[in-house]
Amino acid sequence: MNDSAATLPADDATALGLLEDMLRIRRLEEKAAEFYSAGKIRGFLHLYIGEEAVAAGAMRQLQAEDSIFTTYREHGHALLRGMSAATIMTEMFGKVRGCSRGRGGSMHLFDASLRFYGGSAIVAGALPLAVGMALADQMRGRKQASACFFGEGAMAEGASHESLNLAALWNLPVLFLCENNLYAMGTALSRSQVQTAMAERARLYGISSESVDGMDVAAVHDAVGRAAEAVRSTGRPHFVELRTYRFRAHSMFDAELYREKAEIEEWKQRDPIPAYQARLEAAGRLTPDVVEAMQQRADKEMEAAVREADAAPWEPVEDLTRFIYTRNAAHERHEREHAGEHAHDVPRGDTPGAANGLAR
Amino acid sequence: MTYREAIRRALRTALHDDRVFLMGEDVGMYGGSYAVSKGLLDEFGPAKIRDTPLSELTFVGAGIGAALGGVRPIVEIMTVNFSLLALDQIVNNAATLRHMCGGQLSVPVVIRLATGAGKQVAAQHSHSFEGWYAHIPGLRILAPATVEDAGGMLLAALDDPDPVLIFEHVMLYNAEGDGPETPQPVDIDHAEVRRAGRDVTIITYGGTLGKAMTAAAELSADGIEAEVIDLRTLRPLDDETFLASVRRTHRAVIVDEGWKSGSISAEITARIVEQAFYELDAPVERVCSLETPIPYPRHLEQAVLPQVPAIVDAARRTMQADV
Amino acid sequence: MSEYRMPSLGADMEAGILAEWLVKPGDTVHRGQSVAMVETDKGTIEVEFFDEGEVDVLLVEPGTRVPVGDPIALFHHEGEEPSTELPGAKAAPAQGGEPLPPPPYAEPTRTSTAPPPPGETNGLRASPAARRRARELGVDIQQLRGTNGVVSLAEVEEAARLQTEQAGKPTEGGQPAGGKPEAGKPQEGKDVKRLAMRRAIAAAMGRSKREIPHYYLETTCDLTDTLAYLETFNRNRSVRERVLPAALFLRATALAVREVPETNGFWTDDAFRPADHVHLGVAIALREGGLIAPAIHDADRLSAGALMAALQDLIGRVRGGTVRSSEISDATITVTNLGDQGVDKVYGVIYPPQVALVGFGRVVERPWVIDGNVVARRVVDISLSGDHRASDGHRGGVFLNAVARLLREPQRLMETIQ
Repeated sequence: MNDSAATLPADDATALGLLEDMLRIRRLEEKAAEFYSAGKIRGFLHLYIGEEAVAAGAMRQLQAEDSIFTTYREHGHALLRGMSAATIMTEMFGKVRGCSRGRGGSMHLFDASLRFYGGSAIVAGALPLAVGMALADQMRGRKQASACFFGEGAMAEGASHESLNLAALWNLPVLFLCENNLYAMGTALSRSQVQTAMAERARLYGISSESVDGMDVAAVHDAVGRAAEAVRSTGRPHFVELRTYRFRAHSMFDAELYREKAEIEEWKQRDPIPAYQARLEAAGRLTPDVVEAMQQRADKEMEAAVREADAAPWEPVEDLTRFIYTRNAAHERHEREHAGEHAHDVPRGDTPGAANGLAR
Repeated sequence: MTYREAIRRALRTALHDDRVFLMGEDVGMYGGSYAVSKGLLDEFGPAKIRDTPLSELTFVGAGIGAALGGVRPIVEIMTVNFSLLALDQIVNNAATLRHMCGGQLSVPVVIRLATGAGKQVAAQHSHSFEGWYAHIPGLRILAPATVEDAGGMLLAALDDPDPVLIFEHVMLYNAEGDGPETPQPVDIDHAEVRRAGRDVTIITYGGTLGKAMTAAAELSADGIEAEVIDLRTLRPLDDETFLASVRRTHRAVIVDEGWKSGSISAEITARIVEQAFYELDAPVERVCSLETPIPYPRHLEQAVLPQVPAIVDAARRTMQADV
Repeated sequence: MSEYRMPSLGADMEAGILAEWLVKPGDTVHRGQSVAMVETDKGTIEVEFFDEGEVDVLLVEPGTRVPVGDPIALFHHEGEEPSTELPGAKAAPAQGGEPLPPPPYAEPTRTSTAPPPPGETNGLRASPAARRRARELGVDIQQLRGTNGVVSLAEVEEAARLQTEQAGKPTEGGQPAGGKPEAGKPQEGKDVKRLAMRRAIAAAMGRSKREIPHYYLETTCDLTDTLAYLETFNRNRSVRERVLPAALFLRATALAVREVPETNGFWTDDAFRPADHVHLGVAIALREGGLIAPAIHDADRLSAGALMAALQDLIGRVRGGTVRSSEISDATITVTNLGDQGVDKVYGVIYPPQVALVGFGRVVERPWVIDGNVVARRVVDISLSGDHRASDGHRGGVFLNAVARLLREPQRLMETIQ
């Protein structure tokens, strides 16, 4: 336990909930790795193991009306936003009952009904979107935060500078959440950027900014909670740097030539799950049997998710041209001819633009 | 009424909708680099007419994000070359989001761009990239060539639930033509036959429609009746209209201010060859810009661009007439 | 017994070289534990275990290249029997499991360069449209001259038109193409003529459908009273003197043409040229297939009786092969009557350069409403195929109505012509 560690949340529901949130993410990611190795999940798979405290601490502070934009390392965020493990796993398996009909895969989890606007696989690609969402919120008089997760690698992209500037210039309610795990794929932060203090960079744009220990879920919870509330109450952007570390390779097919094993081991000593668990136990707020029960629930949840994903159907190839255009004459013809055939495969939010209030 | 005035009227009509706003570089106090939005700031105020920083990538992306948030942004990009700074947002987000999320979202953003050459503004302000953008599934690409379309397409684009890029040719802003007093949305699904003719089909769009019409008049004096087709929408491409015409005339000339290589003119040629090969009575002809960046001096700029005599010659070649 | 297989670490990984085992038989292995080092294109990667158990057999020696999905070790869970059997030298892929997808890229097969295309045989080129039309019309492109070395569509069509004219003219023996061959003529001659007839029809009909923007109108005419009148007229006449409804159809058509002259004449050189006379072409099927439509000259000046006689004469001469060439080429409008074939309605193809064709179906009894009562009446369906370049639907309608109206005026149809 660390003397400078943030105060534990006062209520047990939150304090224990944060632990369970982290456990669920880890178990989800372990299952994903297992089924990637088995060939069920393909493409790129970026795991969040080691970084769980960031999503767990932050997601709990975001409200239903806040909008969320994430990166391609977003399974945990999606899970804690309320997407079921099954719909996430099914998406990763590429099946039609996945949250994005299997169109997106691991990097593109979407659920418009939860205002979860996707994993974006273009580094810094979602920052302008979050700025635009905040602009729409401002124009429509909504007092909500537009939260955007991105890595420290995104801070080298022009889009991040433009977005920080525009959000500050137009007083837009954007919550910038920089997950600094020190490596942009294999490029260390110190090898690629001069100013490595992310919060300092945001401050230059006149944005209120802070940096917290992203391995401490209580600290993340506290800092993001304050920042999110400030965004909602002032309508101005805020920036939080979350210093963290991924224990796994960048993606599954990565020999990790760019960092020392010793460095990884050193960070693993700070694994956010056992560290937080120990703090709770030391404070007398957690007993081993409670942790065991959490583990078992997570195991059961993820195993059920895999079973469901494995059993789910594929999207019919004839549907391939759907969802390119909202008005799709060729597809509409096809739909008329096959009316009802695939109805059971269509997830909610299938109405054109229903989710962004544009149903016509 | 001018093309510029028609767009401004359509903007004014659109801006009365609470959800609609205009943003871009110098659209407000400056009045728009081609003066399209002149006066609108006074009329609608800075919340609806937003001057942006020189951040194409982010203000285009913000337009996409705002569209996700339920408003209807019109984003002006000062000139088509600058849109390349926003290409990531247009291609990786606007065009793909609906597909990637399995149909949960639509992206009703309208992006207006000034395109084309003829104003001697050299190689970083004069290109024609609409053909490039027409390569991308998920986008709708419009190229108004007439005053009526200039305003009507903007209103139709705002009715479209998907991202629409409107390429306004810089040489047309001062063009005079008939347009409705009250702007009305026009059809944006079909090409239009601007001149009927039986002998050869000239397929074009945007800034070169006028040149094609002039060429057709010259050909007519020689007894060659050219049919002139204005594509209007480059994606989704209405190939039925030009294929039907080519099936009647058996000859095609494509006029495009873009370069030939890998262009919309190449695409049209391919579709004619794929779908009307046995109707062709002559090789397809193309009149395009020479494959150089657009030069500054007037005589060189004009030499690069498709011109009336070249269109006339191409049409005559298809008629096996002596050129 | 369970198998541990070479994991797939990326879509582009097809196999890995087992570099080093990190476990040995008898070791207990846990979830997440690294069990081996595998060399891949991207470097050496530790591969992990996703289960709990004890290693029984290592199937692969370090340095072996193993395809993704092949077993590399055997283990057993706690409580299970250890695996004792050693598989063969090469482990077979496990059965029952879903196979991994095939590698995305296949090595391209080398092929020798294709032989150069054969050169132009005679230096003459033809456009795709010209080639296709030539095949349709039976025109030999090699016989054409081309313009600037290229045979165009127009040249093929001109050649086809000339062929059609040739085919339509009487042959040397005074017999139209496709007519009955003389006895004893070799069979090839008959086939050649039949082919020529088909080609002639193909050329004319093909041209018609390509060039003539057809519109079609139809009406149904109650013939009950007219037929009753005709029966009375025929009652005391010999078979030779009797008038059949077919003659009334011709008579009504010829008189209607006078009222609407736009239906009578030719479309040539981009203009309609009305005819001075009404030469009524009558489509007559040949027994051996094919048809011709020779004209009854000045049909509007012939009474129904005279038309009946002319029709019988024409049919006889067509079948006998003595149609005059002027009869073949002079028709200004054509009538086709397929009622005898049991056809209800005809949608005819106009004979170019004519501009109209009138079709009659069979006379049939149908329910008909008169003064609010349904009664049985004998009716005929009449159609007009019109050339929209020469006339519009409105005038066509006036014409078709005139035919129907005249058919209900038997006295007028039967009156003697002065």
